[in-house]
Amino acid sequence: MTPHAYADDEIVAADVAVIGAGPGGIASAACAAERGQRVVVIDRGSLPGGQIWRHLRDGAIPRVAAQWISRFERSGARFIGTASVVDAHGETRGFDLLVDASGHAVSVRARDIILATGARELFIPFEGWTLPGVMGIGGAQALLKSGASFTGKRVVIAGSGPLMLPVAASLARSGARVVLVAEQASRVAVARFAAALWRSPSMLAQAAKYRARFLSSPYSTGTWVTAAHGFGRLESVTVTDGKRTWREVVDVLCTGYGLIPNVELAQLLGCETRDGAVIVDERQRTSIASVLAVGEATGIGGAPLALVEGEIAGSTVGVQTSPSSSLTRRRSVLKSAARSMLDTFTPRAELRALPTIDTIVCRCEDVKYGAVQHAICARQAKLYARAGMGSCQGRTCMPGLDFLFAWQADSVRPPIEPTPVSVLASDIANSASSAYSINSSVGEAYQ
Amino acid sequence: MPQTGVRTGVRSELNILVDDRPVRVAAGISVASALFNLGVTSYAQSVTGEPRAPLCGMGVCFECRVTIDSRPHQRACLIPVVEGMHVITASNPG
Repeated sequence: MTPHAYADDEIVAADVAVIGAGPGGIASAACAAERGQRVVVIDRGSLPGGQIWRHLRDGAIPRVAAQWISRFERSGARFIGTASVVDAHGETRGFDLLVDASGHAVSVRARDIILATGARELFIPFEGWTLPGVMGIGGAQALLKSGASFTGKRVVIAGSGPLMLPVAASLARSGARVVLVAEQASRVAVARFAAALWRSPSMLAQAAKYRARFLSSPYSTGTWVTAAHGFGRLESVTVTDGKRTWREVVDVLCTGYGLIPNVELAQLLGCETRDGAVIVDERQRTSIASVLAVGEATGIGGAPLALVEGEIAGSTVGVQTSPSSSLTRRRSVLKSAARSMLDTFTPRAELRALPTIDTIVCRCEDVKYGAVQHAICARQAKLYARAGMGSCQGRTCMPGLDFLFAWQADSVRPPIEPTPVSVLASDIANSASSAYSINSSVGEAYQ
Repeated sequence: MPQTGVRTGVRSELNILVDDRPVRVAAGISVASALFNLGVTSYAQSVTGEPRAPLCGMGVCFECRVTIDSRPHQRACLIPVVEGMHVITASNPG
C-alpha cells in the first residue's frame, strides 16, 4: 500500500467508515468491502494491523495476521493511515468525520460507521513511574515490534493480565534479561484461571509456549512493584509480595494492569456505554442507528473475539441480514472466556495505596496525587488541578484515577485528539454540511 | 505492499539526523524505536521540566513527541523513519 498524500480539504465518500485497523477493523472492512460496500478505514498507524498485529513494512507477522491483512488489501477497502478522527457529526443521510491525516484536514462522509477503536493500557500511578525507562507492557511490545532492540537490557515486567506472558517471551527472545515477571493477581486466582483454560486447549498451549521462552526468569504471582527509582532515568524498582520487600536493579520496567476500551469517539457520537465499554446488540449495533462497534471497544476480549465481531459487523452492515449462527456461537464462547479473564486479573486494593502526595498522577500536566486526593469527581480534578487537561486528554491518567477514587470518566468534547488549528480552521471543517465550526467550538469552550 | 509473513533477515539501513547528528538506523523502524536504539532516554521535558520518554508506544500518551522535518508535536512511536528525516528531540512542545 503506498502512502497517499492528502490535499487539504479532501472529501472522501464511503458507505462504511471503519475507525481502527486492528483485527476487528480489518475483519469488518474486508467483509463489508467483499459485499460491495465502499469502505474507508482510518487508523493512527502507518500500516494496517493495529497494536496486536503491529509490524514493520516487509517484516514478519503471524500467519493469521498475514492472511487477514492480505484479504483486507484485496477487498478494495481504502486505508487512510497516520490519521485520527478529531470530530464527528451525524448528518441527515450519514456521518461527517473530520480526520487529521498527517496534518491535513480530510472529511470522511459515510452512511454507516464501524468503531474498532481498540484499547489502551491501564496505568496505576506509583512513585517514579514517570522516569524514562518505565513503559507500558504493551508499550514495550509496541516498541519491540517497531524495531527497538532490548538486547542486554535488564527488564522487570510487573502488572497484571495475560499480556505479560507474550511480552516476557518476546523480550527474552530478543535478548533482554527478564529478571522478574510480577503478576499482582494471587496464585489462587491465576491457578483457577489456568484450570478454566482446559476448555480452550489452544490458549493453554500458547501460554505454555510463552512461559517456555522465559523459563530462566521467575514468574511470581501476588507480587507487584511499589516504586521506581533513579536520577533522570530508571535505575531500580522496589518489589513486594505483601510480606517481603526487595529491590531489583533494572534498565526497563514494563508496567500495566490490563486494558481499557477506547470509547471516546463512541461517546462523542452519543453511543451508550456501560462499565467503560460500548453497548452493542447481537448485530454489533450501538444505541445510535448506523453506528456499530466491534472488538475491545465493546469490552476486553482479545483478537480472536474482535475478528469474529468484525466478521459479524462487516457482513451485516447496511443490509437486513442476520449474522451466521456459526459466528454468533464462536462469539459467545470467546466472550465467556474473556469474562473469566477479567475477574482473575482485577487489580488488588493494595495498589490504591501506592501513590504518595508527591506522586505525579497526570503526566501531561504534572499533577500530583496530593492535588486531586480530595476532589469529589473527575471534573473537579480537571477544573481545579488540571488533571487530564493535557495532550492525551486524560486517556492515560483518568482510568488510573478512576481506579484510585472510583470516579466516573468525564464527558468528551471535540477535538477528541490534539490537532493543528489548520485542521479545525479548514474549509471542510467549517463547511455548510458540517455542524462543526471553529467559532462555535471556541464559544462552547467558554460556556 | 508488505511482504507479510516473510522474515527478511538483515534490514537495510538509512540515514537520518537526530538533533543535527547524522546517524544510520534500520530502515522502516519507528522513530521512537530508532531513538531507543540510539540510547536517547529523554525526549521532551514535562511541563515542570522532568525528563520523559515513551510510555504507551501506541500514540495515546504523547510522551514521545518530537519535531520531525520542522513539524512539531509528532508522535515518534507512530512514524517510521525515512531517508534524510530530521528529528529534534530536545524541543519542549509544552
